[in-house]
Amino acid sequence: MSGMYRVHVRVRLRPSILDPQGKATRQALRQLGYEALEEVRIGKWIELTLRAPDPAEAERLAEEAARKLLANPVMEDFDILAVETIEAVG
Amino acid sequence: MAPVALEPEVSRELARAHGLSDEEYDRLLEILGRKPTYAELGMYAVMWSEHCSYKNSIAVLKTLPRSGGRLLVAAGEENAGLVDIGDGLAVAFKIESHNHPSAVEPYQGAATGVGGIHRDVFAMGARPIAALDSLRFGSLDKARVRYLFEGVVRGIADYGNAFGVPTVGGEIYFDPVYEGNPLVNVMSVGLVRIGETARAAARGPGNLVVLVGSATGRDGIHGATFASETLQDDQESRRPNVQVGDPFTEKLLLEATLEALRTGAVVGLQDMGAAGITCSSCEMSARAGTGMRLYLERVPLREADMSAYEILLSESQERMLLVVDRDRIEEVQQVFHKWDLPAVVIGEVTDTGLVEVYYHGELKAAVPARSLVLGGGAPVYVRQARMPAYLKQTRAFQANALPVPEDLQATFLQLLDSPTIASKRWVYEQYDTMVRTNTVVGPGPSDAAVIRLKGTRKALALKVDGNGRYVYLNPRRGAQIAVAEAARNVVCAGARPLAITNCLNFGDPYNPEVYWTFREAVAGMGEACRVFDTPVTGGNVSFYNENPQGRIYPTPTIGMVGLIEPFPERLMTADFKSEGDLVLLLGQNREDIGGSEYLAWVHGLVAGDAPYLDLEEEKRLHELLLELIASGLVRSAHDVSDGGLAVALAESCLFGNLGARVRLEDPIRPDALLFGEGQSRVLISARPDDLSAIVSRARDFQVPVQVLGTVGGDRLKINDWIDLPLEAIRRVYEFAIPRRMQAHDSAG
Amino acid sequence: MADTLRVGVVVFPGSNCDHDVYYVCKHQMGWRTRFIWHKETDLRDLDLIILPGGFSYGDYLRSGAIARFSPVMHAVTRFARKGGYVLGICNGFQILTEAGLLPGALLRNASLRFICRDVFVRVERTDTAFTSAYSPGAVLRIPIAHGEGNYTADADTLRRLEESGQVIFRYVTADGRLDPEANPNGSMHHIAGLLNDRGNVLGMMPHPERAADPVLGRTDGLGLFASLAESLVGAALKR
Repeated sequence: MSGMYRVHVRVRLRPSILDPQGKATRQALRQLGYEALEEVRIGKWIELTLRAPDPAEAERLAEEAARKLLANPVMEDFDILAVETIEAVG
Repeated sequence: MAPVALEPEVSRELARAHGLSDEEYDRLLEILGRKPTYAELGMYAVMWSEHCSYKNSIAVLKTLPRSGGRLLVAAGEENAGLVDIGDGLAVAFKIESHNHPSAVEPYQGAATGVGGIHRDVFAMGARPIAALDSLRFGSLDKARVRYLFEGVVRGIADYGNAFGVPTVGGEIYFDPVYEGNPLVNVMSVGLVRIGETARAAARGPGNLVVLVGSATGRDGIHGATFASETLQDDQESRRPNVQVGDPFTEKLLLEATLEALRTGAVVGLQDMGAAGITCSSCEMSARAGTGMRLYLERVPLREADMSAYEILLSESQERMLLVVDRDRIEEVQQVFHKWDLPAVVIGEVTDTGLVEVYYHGELKAAVPARSLVLGGGAPVYVRQARMPAYLKQTRAFQANALPVPEDLQATFLQLLDSPTIASKRWVYEQYDTMVRTNTVVGPGPSDAAVIRLKGTRKALALKVDGNGRYVYLNPRRGAQIAVAEAARNVVCAGARPLAITNCLNFGDPYNPEVYWTFREAVAGMGEACRVFDTPVTGGNVSFYNENPQGRIYPTPTIGMVGLIEPFPERLMTADFKSEGDLVLLLGQNREDIGGSEYLAWVHGLVAGDAPYLDLEEEKRLHELLLELIASGLVRSAHDVSDGGLAVALAESCLFGNLGARVRLEDPIRPDALLFGEGQSRVLISARPDDLSAIVSRARDFQVPVQVLGTVGGDRLKINDWIDLPLEAIRRVYEFAIPRRMQAHDSAG
Repeated sequence: MADTLRVGVVVFPGSNCDHDVYYVCKHQMGWRTRFIWHKETDLRDLDLIILPGGFSYGDYLRSGAIARFSPVMHAVTRFARKGGYVLGICNGFQILTEAGLLPGALLRNASLRFICRDVFVRVERTDTAFTSAYSPGAVLRIPIAHGEGNYTADADTLRRLEESGQVIFRYVTADGRLDPEANPNGSMHHIAGLLNDRGNVLGMMPHPERAADPVLGRTDGLGLFASLAESLVGAALKR
């Protein structure tokens, strides 16, 4: 069904890459008393709102965009978290 | 999408809720001859607000010297001041506060402060070439203060660095009075060819009104806060009013605006800051004696369902209003298209004197432009003034009751560890201080920043200055000192002071004691400006810097521009240059510890009078120093200010990485001699052979001069009071701020 | 007929060091220099292309991520593949890595803060077109000004870069030693500047154009421009 979809993309530093922002936040949280805290990783959450013939095509387009621009494969991974239907026609 | 139809009924109560007094509402009824529409009420409320109308300050500000000398436009006439520097060039500059937004959201508050002041300068047709910041925070021992400090610095850095204008200087004071009310004053300095400046006037009925830059959203709509409470279940309009800066769009706007001006098709333009479309359309019309007809449905919106009221009052950033020759609109639109910025014709200039606003065919407002603006129909008040009661107490202070510290060396190190005195490297290394490759002297090793002007034999010396504690203790003299010290700093760089811009940060003007300090400070500032022949080109007033926990010191800050010519021959810096040079003091040491950082930081006392100052004596010192620099007799020059002579000596040593042996013999108490902040003193170094020439010139100018010692070695020794290796001094001086930030630093 | 180097300085809408490097090329080196607008694609008239510092398209997503797809970068890539000389400074270096003309990536500085100050870098090779005027092992004082200059690459890439001598500048102490304290941004192997395997594309975080004028108190960057003059003008004459 053709319609408007919102695709949620998550971009994170690859596990092997040092994440200084995450490290700093982990340290701050531990100082606040969250000693059980093992690790913090910080990434980006990107919402793409787009028109597509069906949810699968929306996901495919989002994946292409992520591969091309949203993530740099040298240092980042991405995954599609969800495809939300905003407005479905027919 | 249809506009929001639901509009509250206009009434006296609604006017009050918009901040208009009954008297002001009556005046509004009289001007219009009818009840205002909701949109009109919003327009008057914001245009007659303190921020736009200067209603409680303008009467006092008019006593300042605001024209003459090298000024090309009188204060308040255009977006920023304009000063002739010869060779067909002019400097446009202005300082502005962003205190309240920074207190709420330090990062965006400071960032949009930087953006706003640069827009004022490039709206003059000038390319911004430098920024300076005057900042005030509470004590770094408080977590909230560290958060504000960190956020403000990062906001200035991120915006300025991306925009591509170097942040070349500034000053920062830390004092508990600023804890809940940080001050963020930003100065922008731009360069323009005389004859290529732009006017902020809407001339030529029939010409087109063009909105350029970012889309309009619900940013910073003050009155809307109230409206959202009367409207039911309108969640959208309840969002916070924090404005978000977009330095990339600002960069596009800068380049496109300057390029559009070069076409000659732009008749006038104005930045959209406070009160957005309302302010720019009314002020531009009023200046030209014209009117405007605007069609709001043409305004590009970020959210489709905005009302006329919201569009008129939105303070979305990175926008400009242009008036364009009706026959040449394509040329201008092409330029903005090249820079990928919308440039939309939203109306035309008329000869009616009215700003008429239509939205989807409906007339939403029709107001006489002049009736809204400063200098036109905006109210002007002179408030009640009363000398503050606290002055009796502070002036009763007796220095002789205070014991001289036994260990002066420990006191010296303690003072160097005060974040107000210590190195601000932690701050300025986050700023791009060098982009555009004109920064001859950046933050750090000098009293003023120096920017060369490529292709000329000129350079500008720039400084922001203002010690709130002095003004608190003696408003008139404190403000004189702010001007005197800024001028002295510029002179120490080898420049002749040209003009100032000011930012007046005070509490609630309805409080007679606050108003008295305001009036006194402006009077003192005017006196000093007349003596130094540095007119005020404009600036900004920020009242209401107080909260239930307290009120700031009255804090006027001065942004000074000086000219070094010929450059580089006349350039001077504060660092000691060579072993064997003599260390000299120009000016007189005085037994004066009132208002000093020493008294506040070491003894916890804010007391006494502001330090000694005699404007004529100060002026003679400037003339002498300029003469000595021009004659090549001076190797370094450093202003004696916060922390006194001891700190000035330490800084000249650290900057030059050279020690000094100094003997102080004035018959005054050692702590006053070392740390007192009496004005009109400059520490210089010179070749021994030049001593007699210096002494004889100093006599001509009636300025006392004394030899304090010699440059050399890797220690600073002052009498038998202080004897320290430079590295020990450097450690304290450099780590005072990072140490306090790192102790709690989440970045590890 | 070319009797001097023909240089193009790319102008992205958010470039802000474009005028600085243009000034050095045109007024100090006397090269025939022009700006290249980011929508341009014809670069046939040029011997050297410089990608200047700044924030190309705002760089909100990732430094240089969007610039890579600009019309001019497609042309620059073709230019480089044909052996044309390309110098990327700061944001220019970030764009070169995003475009795949240089390996690796530039992450946020380890301190998470923007850093603008003088650093010391050691010249690791002087047999390149970009460094021939320096003496081997020379230590240069040149400013950096960036928030994302933390060079990263996987272990294989790093090994390859080292084996083939592609690391041209390394952050060091004033006396030329490798020391973690002298590494301002956390870069792997202290990498401050990197050459491609063919030797015609250099990316570097320090700003040589900010250290090229005695009146600004720094001149150590001039050697890079002098090297290019030395190496390329001869080649340009043969063209």
